[in-house]
Amino acid sequence: MSYMRIIIRSIVLLQLCFFVIFFSGRYTFAYQNTLEKIKSTGVLTWGFDAEGGAPYVFYDPRHPSKMIGFEVDLVDAIAREMGVKVQYFQNAWDSILLALQRGDFDIAMNGIEITPQREHIVSFSRPYFAYAEQIVIRASEVRINNLDDLRGKKVGTLYNTVAKRLLEEMGDVTVNTYSGQVEPFKDLLSSRIDAVFVDLPIALYYAVSNPQLRLIGEPVGEGYYGIAVRSEDTALVYELNRILEKLIRSGELKEIYKRWGLWNPLQERLLLHEGLLQKYVETPPSVSQKVSFKVNTFLPMLLKGALVTVGISLVSMMLAVVLGLALAVMRLYGNTWVQKIATAYIEIYRGTPLLIQLYILYYGLPNIGITLSAFAAAIIGLGMNYAAYEAEIYRAGIQSIPHGQTEAALSLGMSRRLALKRIILPQAFRITIPPMTNDFVALFKDSSLVSVIAIVELTKAYGILAAATMNFFSLGIITALLYFGMSYPLSLYARRLERRLMRKSSVR
Amino acid sequence: MIKIHNLLKQYNDLLVFNGLNLDIEKGSVVTVIGPSGSGKSTLLRCINGLESFQRGYVSVDDQILYGIHEQDYRREQEERALKNIRRRVGMVFQQFNLFPHMTVLQNIIEAPVYVLGMNQAEAETQALSLLRKVNLEGKVQSYPNQLSGGEQQRVAIARALAMSPVAMLFDEPTSSLDPEMIDDVLLVIKDLVSEGMTTVIVTHEMSFARDVSTQVVFMDKGEITEQGSPQDVFSYPKNDRTRTFLSRFMR
Ligand SMILES: Nc1ncnc2c1ncn2[C@@H]1O[C@H](COP(=O)(O)OP(=O)(O)OP(=O)(O)O)[C@@H](O)[C@H]1O
Ligand SMILES: [Mg+2]
Repeated sequence: MSYMRIIIRSIVLLQLCFFVIFFSGRYTFAYQNTLEKIKSTGVLTWGFDAEGGAPYVFYDPRHPSKMIGFEVDLVDAIAREMGVKVQYFQNAWDSILLALQRGDFDIAMNGIEITPQREHIVSFSRPYFAYAEQIVIRASEVRINNLDDLRGKKVGTLYNTVAKRLLEEMGDVTVNTYSGQVEPFKDLLSSRIDAVFVDLPIALYYAVSNPQLRLIGEPVGEGYYGIAVRSEDTALVYELNRILEKLIRSGELKEIYKRWGLWNPLQERLLLHEGLLQKYVETPPSVSQKVSFKVNTFLPMLLKGALVTVGISLVSMMLAVVLGLALAVMRLYGNTWVQKIATAYIEIYRGTPLLIQLYILYYGLPNIGITLSAFAAAIIGLGMNYAAYEAEIYRAGIQSIPHGQTEAALSLGMSRRLALKRIILPQAFRITIPPMTNDFVALFKDSSLVSVIAIVELTKAYGILAAATMNFFSLGIITALLYFGMSYPLSLYARRLERRLMRKSSVR
Repeated sequence: MIKIHNLLKQYNDLLVFNGLNLDIEKGSVVTVIGPSGSGKSTLLRCINGLESFQRGYVSVDDQILYGIHEQDYRREQEERALKNIRRRVGMVFQQFNLFPHMTVLQNIIEAPVYVLGMNQAEAETQALSLLRKVNLEGKVQSYPNQLSGGEQQRVAIARALAMSPVAMLFDEPTSSLDPEMIDDVLLVIKDLVSEGMTTVIVTHEMSFARDVSTQVVFMDKGEITEQGSPQDVFSYPKNDRTRTFLSRFMR
């Protein structure tokens, strides 16, 4: 059957795309090694993610065009020591090491914890910062005093962090995982979660300045941030280690950390420890097992993500179909005011990005006292957005029914409402089914946007797995196939339905 | 039974009727003829309230529709009158306007069941006898697009009759039909008329008009310029324009 052929063809095409992306931008320079390139061009390119990146790297709230953070100060000092200039390279944190491998920049430094898994992929400089994980709670919270008290509670943390692994190892903690650093604190303030467990610098930065929050318990799960470079760049690692050593001994690093309120005994103890890196590599504090690349480790998570995707899509489409009909009827038959409201709704929802709508629903509404759960926000957000589009499809459908139909119904004594319900809508529905199925396929893919509000659906599950295993390729293909496997039957169904309806009631 | 009094009808700045009067007796068969654009359809549509008008009134039995600028115009009363008139007066359109998503049977029982609240079985029995009357008992389960134009129009007549109307309005019921189907439809109308149904027909079928009508109305530019028995109007037209118009149809 041609079904199989189409699938095979799409796989081949997908693979081609991936290869093109994979190899472009790699090995574009003709230098012996990266250090030589940096020295001769006079430019050190630094990869980081400024999105919610305080106090590491972020845009200065007072001068929003300026980048600040303790890592900015550090990279400036390193560049000064090298006698070169810094070039900034913004990159999503999830894929920062992948981009480093691709050759997008020379070093990646953005609170990247040194872990054995990562050392398989890249090389690290000696640690430049010792972190630990810290619990943050609401100032009014009395039930939580230490790590153990987190059992049975809802705790927010960040992706791919030691804190997350610690929480998951405890087992009986409900873990809410976020990709941005600001969001867990917002959810903590709006009582969606009971505590936040994150890297100490983040905890210090967000909690100390906010009187509604406080730190509780000792920092736990110590670990180290290192500067990542491509594995082959041993000369660059050597140079970075030399400079870090110098900054530590001269006290400049301490100055920087003090400036950012990050100085603590941890740093003193760990930064000056000789041979630290060696010791670390021998006995990693990481609690995770080595990442094995077996299907049974990642497939359950992907399938779970797919299930979430399907669930959210189905429920929000139902909402869109019902709300869309109401809007279309309001717009076509309502009095002037009702018409205006419906039109405004449609124009506003179609004229603004879904992403912003989701942010407002989830993070904005708590400001006026409405706190939605992530799933509710996702379904309402997607549903209300698509309702605007469905309303217009209904309207086109209703308007395409000849006026004679309404007149015939009225002349039989039907009221306008009855004529709409029994005569016009049933005919309009048939016309709207194909475009609506198309919209459903689109919504299905747009559902990946809800990952911004702490929902792990298919795309997010892929992002997490890929970042953890650095296997963007095979996982990407599997994920794409999962999407395709779910949306293609839907498209086929839409096409068949269209053909059947065409045959049945084309002539009047 | 149907009375049109001093009707003034305007579409934006086009004045269609400026004080039109017409009385239709119970049991009479009125044929309306006249050139295109003279207002024949508009007249029928005003009678069952598909079209509102500015002045004058239309009454069917005791139900009265006032022009919207008349001082007797009351919105709620008007709504009620509209409902009652539409239930009592059936209308058949040039374009049939059957409901394409319903079978012939469903088309016919729709209004009795949902408007009159008749029970399903009773409505179906009635529909079957109506279909026998229009010679379509074999098409009960067909969809409109499976029928010829003539068959569709006969279903439309049956559908209107299912509301047991006291009067029927036909707006050029055969104008969009192929010649060989016209007679089937006219035959059904003839039957209906012979049963004493009060009927208003807009048509260009002159010989049919002469055969069945008790009264012929000639309209021109929104005015009734001539009316009378078929013999009077067809054989001895007084008005010049009537004569010119008829000469094109009579050979
Ligand atoms: N909805 C409308 N809006 C504006 N003008 C209209 C509308 N309907 C009809 N008219 C105008 O009113 C006048 C009377 O139209 P009507 O349809 O009643 O004529 P008719 O006698 O039925 O013509 P025909 O024999 O072609 O059906 C025409 O000039 C027409 O253009
Ligand atoms: Mg007409």
